[in-house]
Amino acid sequence: MNSSVSVLLFGITRDLTGQSTIPVSLNEGANVGDLLAQLHQSYPALTGIRSLLVAVNGEYAETDLTLTSNDEIALIPPVSGG
Amino acid sequence: MITLTSDPIDVALAMKDIQSEQAGAIDIFLGVVRDNTQERPVDRLEYEAYDRMAISEMQKIADSAHTRWPILRYTIIHRKGTLQIGEIAVLIGVATAHRADAFEACRYIIDTIKQTVPIWKKEVFTNGEEWVNAHP
Repeated sequence: MNSSVSVLLFGITRDLTGQSTIPVSLNEGANVGDLLAQLHQSYPALTGIRSLLVAVNGEYAETDLTLTSNDEIALIPPVSGG
Repeated sequence: MITLTSDPIDVALAMKDIQSEQAGAIDIFLGVVRDNTQERPVDRLEYEAYDRMAISEMQKIADSAHTRWPILRYTIIHRKGTLQIGEIAVLIGVATAHRADAFEACRYIIDTIKQTVPIWKKEVFTNGEEWVNAHP
């Protein structure tokens, strides 16, 4: 069964895609790595970023974390605060 | 205290927040907007944050600093939005009994903020703009 999640974008990822959230359709049991692969396929420009992490529900997530439709998912390009 | 704000940072107010009668040292670090990057003139910086996570990651850093140094009081304030040259982008304040702990804790907090907190800055030049650190 597929589920749809929306991914929050910030900084360069928002500029490259022209959107602040993008909808992604995930297969049952899909994990963070699957999400990244799918995003890179849909938005090849993202591969030009130095690193791309994923946050799930406000915490940095490993690639093997399984996603559910209730998760708040965000792409985290290289941070540059301070 | 952790603050993420669009308003200018008030140094005197921040210092008042961390004063303590047990403190023999107060360190305040200010990160300010510089007018150039590698000699390229900068017009302004635009900061953007993933608010809820920026606050929780800054809290983690403060908690971790608390376990490593005997901190009496602290404050971390980070700006977001558009900042002009000379404006304060970040303030770290740490009060401890002795100065070595205040210096070390303050440095640890700003160094770690730069590594883990989801805040991004875009340098706006007279002839273009660039997200800092984004490209290889």
